[in-house]
Amino acid sequence: MTSTDSAAPAAAGKTHGNEFLYFASRNTKLVIGTVVFVLFLLAAIFGPMLAAYQPMTFDAPPGLPPSAEHWFGTTLFGQDVFSQFVHGLRSSFIVGALGGITAAAIGMFVGFFAGYRGGLVDEVLNMLTNVVLVIPTFAVLLVVAAYLSVRGLGTEALFIGLTSWPWAARAIRAQTFSLTSRDFVDMARLNGEGTFRIIFGQIAPNMSSYLVMTFILLFGGAILTAAMLDFIGLGPTDGISLGLMMNYSVMNAALQLGMWWWFVPPGLAITGIVGSLYVMNVGLDEVFNPKLRAL
Amino acid sequence: MLRYLARKLFIYLLTFIVAVTIDWAIPRFMPGNPVDALVSRIAMMPDANAALTSYFMAAFNLDQPLWQQYFNFWKALFNGDLGRSIMLFPTPVTTLIGRALPYTLGLLLPSILLSWYVGNMVGALAARRKILDNTVLPLGYLLTATPYMWLGILLAWLLGSVLGWFPLAFGYDQALKAEWTWRFFGSLVFHWVLPFASLFLVALGGWAIGMRNMIIYELESDYANYLQALGAPARLVRKYAFRNAMLPQITGLALQLGAVVGGALATEIVFSYPGLGWLVLSGIQNQDYFVIQGVFLFIIVGVLLANLIVDIVYVVVDPRTRVGLQGDAA
Amino acid sequence: MLAVSDLRIHYRTLSGSVKALDGVSFSVADGEIMGLAGESGCGKSTLGKALIRLEERMQYVGGEVSLDGAALPIADDRAMVPHRFRKISIVPQYAMSALNPTRRIGRMIDELLDSRGIRGATLRPELERRLAILGLAPDVLGMYPIELSGGMKQRVVMVLSTLLDPSLLIADEVTSALDVASQKKVAGALVEFRDRGFVKSMIVVTHDLAILAQIADSILIMYAGKLAEKAPTRTIIEAPAHPYTRLLLGSLPEVGIRFEERRLPGIKGRPPSLLAPPQGCRFRDRCPLAFDKCAVEPPFVEIAPGHQVACWKADAHAEG
Repeated sequence: MTSTDSAAPAAAGKTHGNEFLYFASRNTKLVIGTVVFVLFLLAAIFGPMLAAYQPMTFDAPPGLPPSAEHWFGTTLFGQDVFSQFVHGLRSSFIVGALGGITAAAIGMFVGFFAGYRGGLVDEVLNMLTNVVLVIPTFAVLLVVAAYLSVRGLGTEALFIGLTSWPWAARAIRAQTFSLTSRDFVDMARLNGEGTFRIIFGQIAPNMSSYLVMTFILLFGGAILTAAMLDFIGLGPTDGISLGLMMNYSVMNAALQLGMWWWFVPPGLAITGIVGSLYVMNVGLDEVFNPKLRAL
Repeated sequence: MLRYLARKLFIYLLTFIVAVTIDWAIPRFMPGNPVDALVSRIAMMPDANAALTSYFMAAFNLDQPLWQQYFNFWKALFNGDLGRSIMLFPTPVTTLIGRALPYTLGLLLPSILLSWYVGNMVGALAARRKILDNTVLPLGYLLTATPYMWLGILLAWLLGSVLGWFPLAFGYDQALKAEWTWRFFGSLVFHWVLPFASLFLVALGGWAIGMRNMIIYELESDYANYLQALGAPARLVRKYAFRNAMLPQITGLALQLGAVVGGALATEIVFSYPGLGWLVLSGIQNQDYFVIQGVFLFIIVGVLLANLIVDIVYVVVDPRTRVGLQGDAA
Repeated sequence: MLAVSDLRIHYRTLSGSVKALDGVSFSVADGEIMGLAGESGCGKSTLGKALIRLEERMQYVGGEVSLDGAALPIADDRAMVPHRFRKISIVPQYAMSALNPTRRIGRMIDELLDSRGIRGATLRPELERRLAILGLAPDVLGMYPIELSGGMKQRVVMVLSTLLDPSLLIADEVTSALDVASQKKVAGALVEFRDRGFVKSMIVVTHDLAILAQIADSILIMYAGKLAEKAPTRTIIEAPAHPYTRLLLGSLPEVGIRFEERRLPGIKGRPPSLLAPPQGCRFRDRCPLAFDKCAVEPPFVEIAPGHQVACWKADAHAEG
């Protein structure tokens, strides 16, 4: 490709980007979703710096309701709930990002190759996808996590990623399949470009909006799954998370004692983050899909 | 049609083999070799009797070659032997599962089927009326984004703890004896309401959104346009759109099963409900690996069977699978 | 007969109104098969659809339509219902996917007729007779659409659309998705349906001038939301008066290949944007004959009996 060739698409990309921003800023769903998501993200990044207490130390009076001193109150053991909350938020984002990236990477790899290569490659990858799709992945995570005596955020995210990719692979395969027959792919093939270059140079850029939306859903799914694992007691063994907070509160009779400040914030945060991601996704769909935004 | 089912069956069989292999391999090949660690720990526990230690050694057949261990594993499986519980030694795991299963099924089946049915109805109505749509859609997204256990916790707190309408925990009143009396039955239902409601509500949101989107998609499809061009009343067009939108929702039912089962486990833990979830939790807390593995296998088999049932239902309702031209699509 | 006067239809988009039909007047006589041709985006499909049912994004701006002497309330979706299927009908572009995939065809037809207050059973013999005319066995009524080939589905749709003997049939790109052999069959069927009186008159919307040359009595050429020329088929082919028609014909390749698939070699440039169409003749920028007067919009006038043109130079080169 010569330099003049590459300049033209770049310019086109710029106007395209402006158009995207124009429609994006006018889409209430996308704006609301993004604002909520960013608020939680900021809390996860800066909250731990603001928190006056350590999340896991027992240095406060137990069972205090929210006050100026302890914004979200304290646990039955005298831990600061706000501090646990912001650290838990951080873990949720980390698991969501790592799990989402892992799943997206596998899903893209399987989807692209199955869709582009077709034939036997497709058959085998499709079979693999179907098997992982049918397996109740939550049950697999259960067994795996139970046998891991030391669990970190990274391992949790990795295993969530390893089990949550099939639907993404399927969707990407279908998209790839329809793009493979297009002119520009034929041209690239005639030019003798390799599979990798065609996939990442021609096919992937042409479904980038679709990939972004897939990643958003994987991200949200990973956060939900992690919360569930943590709640069952199979979360990270070396820290705090939103799911663990709920686990501790339920196991230690916060319900019976009416200590709502212990279990409301973590669930609310997960619902808020995942909900904002879903709403963002609907908004993005309307922005990317001219058919939906025509009116 | 037969080809369609045969293909599905093959995938389920393959899945089952993979799952059993995972179940067999994880304790043996996990980093840090958990089995060795366990064996040595049990052997060192002062109250662990000799019977437990020797059972454990025998169960894993660690002195035999790997292929023999794998073979034995399958053999035990076909004899319905999932091992014995460590925490309640020597109760067989199957007995524990058998005891817990009715509770889990009693939660799962009604909540899955009802949420699917009601969700589809609500979604179909939402696709019709703008006002309803504006409330159903945000509420639906909120519900699907809610972790199962958190909705359970909220319901338990508000309706159980604060208002005192429903019991907070257990499958029935612990003061009662488990016998078939009306009182006991009433207590069962009473304790069932909240865990059922939390499962039902979270799943409801997803189905409503799915149905709404599918119907809107169907209403824009070519056959709907053609019917309208020929002056067909909205009633007929909607009837067709609804029927066709149901089909992906049936497939979706199969795909959602795994997630709902996970949700049920978490919900049971919130309510100390004596189902499989509670069993798994005690298994984890007591490092009772046979129980965890047994529940795992049970869930796999259950989900695969449910998938098969969904497939058969699908063949009945979608003529395209029956004429045999679409065997590859699923 | 159909009479359309000064019809204006806009498409609503975020960037503004696209003036897809910008004052269109013409008529179709009883027994006439009128071809409607032009480049993609010229408004021909909009015209076809607007006569039977406005899509959600299509906005009625003005104009009158009458069919057999009675006004057709095309702006009022509800008021149009009694006319649809009975008086005016359509074979849509997407005929291959126009049948509900999960209903047996016969049952779907019965349910449709039933919803229009007609007992399906009373029309069943006629339905089977017409299917037979197009070479379809009555068995197809017991099948699902997926069991039929694309051409078969198209023929079923043709029979269904004309089952109530409508006064006007709109055939929208009915041949574009077919191979050459099937195209000929479908085109022949259209003529046969008219000859047997199943439909009184017909508007055949297409890219394919070659098909129109075979079946149409007259041809209407559209350009950029306006009418360019209407004349009997012979006249259009042999003595076109509008420079656009001439260029279209000049670029007309052999039968079966649609001009839209290629760049029109004789016509430089693209049609103007219909968001804000230019003043004067819309073909001016691409027209080899353009001169000063073209800054004023030419009227669509009759230059010979049955021959109407919108071009200031029409007289001159109709003779030459």
